[in-house]
Amino acid sequence: MTRLTPRGNLLLCLGAFVLASMPFWASPYAMQLASTALIGAMFALSLQILTGASGLVSLAHAGFFGLGSYTVYLLGHTSIFVSLPAAMLVAGLAAAAIGPLALRTRGFYFLMTTLAFGQMLFFLFHDTPLGGGTDGVFITRPDLIWTVSRAARPVVFLLMNLVALSLMYSGLWWLMGTMFGRALSGIKVNEDRMRAMGHDVQRLKLAAFVVSGGLAGLAGHMAALTDAFVSPDLLDWHHSAEALLMVLLGGIGALHGPILGAFALTLVRELGQAVTERQRLVEGLVILAAVLLLRGGLAGWRKR
Amino acid sequence: MRPALEARGLSRRFGGLVAVADVSLELHSGLAHAVIGPNGAGKSTVINLLSGAMRPDEGTIYLNNTEITALPDWRRSRLGIGRSFQRTNLFPAMTVLENARLAAQSVVHGWRLLHGVGEDTLRQALAALEQTGLGPRAAHIAGTLSHGERRLLEIAVVLAANPSVLLLDEPLAGLGPEETAPVVALLQSLSVNYAMLLVEHDMDAVFAVAGHITVMVDGRVLESGTPDAIRDSAAVRDAYLGHRE
Amino acid sequence: MGGFLVQILNGLQYGLMLFLISSGLTLIFGVMGVINLAHGSLFMIGAYLAYVVARTTGEFWLALPAAIIGGLVFGAVLERGLFQRFRHREHLDQVLLTFALILLFEEARAALIDNQFHAVPVPALLDFSVPVIGGFAYSAYRLAVLGICLVVAAGMVAFIGYTRVGAAIRAAAENPEIVDLLGIDARLIHTLVFATGTALAMLAGALAAPLQSVYPGMGDGFLILSFIVVVIGGLGSIAGAFWAALLVGLIDTLGKVYVPQLAGIAVCGLMALVLLWRPTGLFSRA
Repeated sequence: MTRLTPRGNLLLCLGAFVLASMPFWASPYAMQLASTALIGAMFALSLQILTGASGLVSLAHAGFFGLGSYTVYLLGHTSIFVSLPAAMLVAGLAAAAIGPLALRTRGFYFLMTTLAFGQMLFFLFHDTPLGGGTDGVFITRPDLIWTVSRAARPVVFLLMNLVALSLMYSGLWWLMGTMFGRALSGIKVNEDRMRAMGHDVQRLKLAAFVVSGGLAGLAGHMAALTDAFVSPDLLDWHHSAEALLMVLLGGIGALHGPILGAFALTLVRELGQAVTERQRLVEGLVILAAVLLLRGGLAGWRKR
Repeated sequence: MRPALEARGLSRRFGGLVAVADVSLELHSGLAHAVIGPNGAGKSTVINLLSGAMRPDEGTIYLNNTEITALPDWRRSRLGIGRSFQRTNLFPAMTVLENARLAAQSVVHGWRLLHGVGEDTLRQALAALEQTGLGPRAAHIAGTLSHGERRLLEIAVVLAANPSVLLLDEPLAGLGPEETAPVVALLQSLSVNYAMLLVEHDMDAVFAVAGHITVMVDGRVLESGTPDAIRDSAAVRDAYLGHRE
Repeated sequence: MGGFLVQILNGLQYGLMLFLISSGLTLIFGVMGVINLAHGSLFMIGAYLAYVVARTTGEFWLALPAAIIGGLVFGAVLERGLFQRFRHREHLDQVLLTFALILLFEEARAALIDNQFHAVPVPALLDFSVPVIGGFAYSAYRLAVLGICLVVAAGMVAFIGYTRVGAAIRAAAENPEIVDLLGIDARLIHTLVFATGTALAMLAGALAAPLQSVYPGMGDGFLILSFIVVVIGGLGSIAGAFWAALLVGLIDTLGKVYVPQLAGIAVCGLMALVLLWRPTGLFSRA
């Protein structure tokens, strides 16, 4: 998987700058939309290390996202300095528990088992009292260092999500440059040869699975913080498929792809809602277009 | 002298088919041990059993007198058993150097993986490339190499992981006469420093490189001995002539 | 005691219906190597078809052959028009494409019919109860569904096990590359397998319509369960799908009745256990 050149990263920084400047020129609604896109970008980016970097297509990912969100709910009223690491820890531990089982399978089996495990987590919050209700529940936001007025909320959350995404991206950019990241790239291309060469492929895949899960928990935490609402649907496999869609839209070949994909999907959805009520139709057509036309995703656009 | 790799009584079945039956052999450092035989004799299966890609139904394998029969392939590779493939099995979109570096990197594990590629890893990879004559092609994309160069890269990738035992599965597969000569020369030089198992069909190459030859037919060892003994053996000639019909 | 027996029967009936859906799925996976998330939608289509047929003709029974024939045709069209082209695409592409199909099918249903919940009346002929043990009576229609599913299952096992075409399908499921070598027209096998799988799923949907009514997203639960069945039973194995489907059907039904909060988790937990013990499925030949 390619990482951006310094010049490419500069362009990303420019985009971040534009977003950071939104409080000066954008409406609260637009800022909320940007937050949604940023959270989607974090979600998709956390999946990228599994799918784009290691070649593992997983449908369990929303389960880890939702675990991050629900951790905020279950912790009750607490500080963000507790809720954030807790969310990542819970999601990461769940990935560490599910990973060894799911990774006993490969290819289609892996897809199906991750689907079932993801649904298991969905049922956990949908069927049992743990989730507080099948339709979801409002939560108290974790405390930040200072109190945020209602009017300032869209601004503060926009900036926080932007910072979180930037940190996540930078961290993954570094990770993919280490020997660990290169090993993952090797596994994606030729897993059997990697094993024959002496790599402990199972362990590497598990590490990727856990990192990916923990980061999804981070994204889920930011979603709970921003929306102050959690629902079991966050863990549903349809939500996982959406993350895969963002990854595809942006291009699995590039680390920054999911960011482009998330923003593209959010935009398309907004436009779609303005045109028609048939949202499923819009989404279905977008997917068809992405799969049939966009080979290499938005990130690979210029190469064609 | 103790063998570097020793296999005793290896057997493997696939459903009703017996691929390998009661095969024993030894690999010594500094000696190239060739395994030859007609198609379907079980030679590739033997390599798979020794490398750990498959588990035997019966038999034991020892590496420097430690039993490794139950170890998976990646562990055996870390212990020093390197295996090349009959059909080139690499990373075509990466450069030649990256291919070798991935192999050299395999000894790194745990938290050390979080470092960037180290000096030693790089040096090991380059050394393997030099050894196979691919040094000048280090920056080229592996997929653009000629077939002969790719077979050399197959071997370089094995060398880059710093093995003590080489299991080479038809390294000359698909090579024309001009391309064969440098590979044979490489095999000769390698046989001095490693314990080598060579599965090959090219008889000229086998007799030029091997210090010991085992002939397999229908999954069993027909005969095993020095190249001269094998050349003069009537049983071997019958087996080959018989199968040519 | 009678109540428990009723639930056992329900579980078996649910399991057999699950088998109808999963058998198609496992064959399609095994033979064609294609992943189809929209398989649950086919169930939904069959159910809505039954609703429409029952509403317009007043004869529910017509829905069954309609579902079978419609399924065969629809499946063949889907295979030739779409899946044939995507067999060799990346997993990610297939996942998203078939996910898009789910969305489009739901949208088409919304446009052609609606997004409402509709009850489908049990056919008058079977609208009575058969006395079972201890004063408990069981719905005659459910017994009929049980019977029909058993017959179809037996027919499939016989077809796969004892006919030449069945042997070809079995060979293809175990070793897709061999099919060309054996001189069998692989494309025909693919279309046949896909069409049959579609028809089975739609038939199951039609049979289920009077039992659970029709509503949007009704195929979703079956999709997850049928994937679990395929994993537990082993890819490409009909026998595996059969026993796994019965097991999953029983656990899910009994679970929903006696420990409703844990039913879903229990089924996934069962899959986890199987994965621990036999990663390629209980009946696979790998």
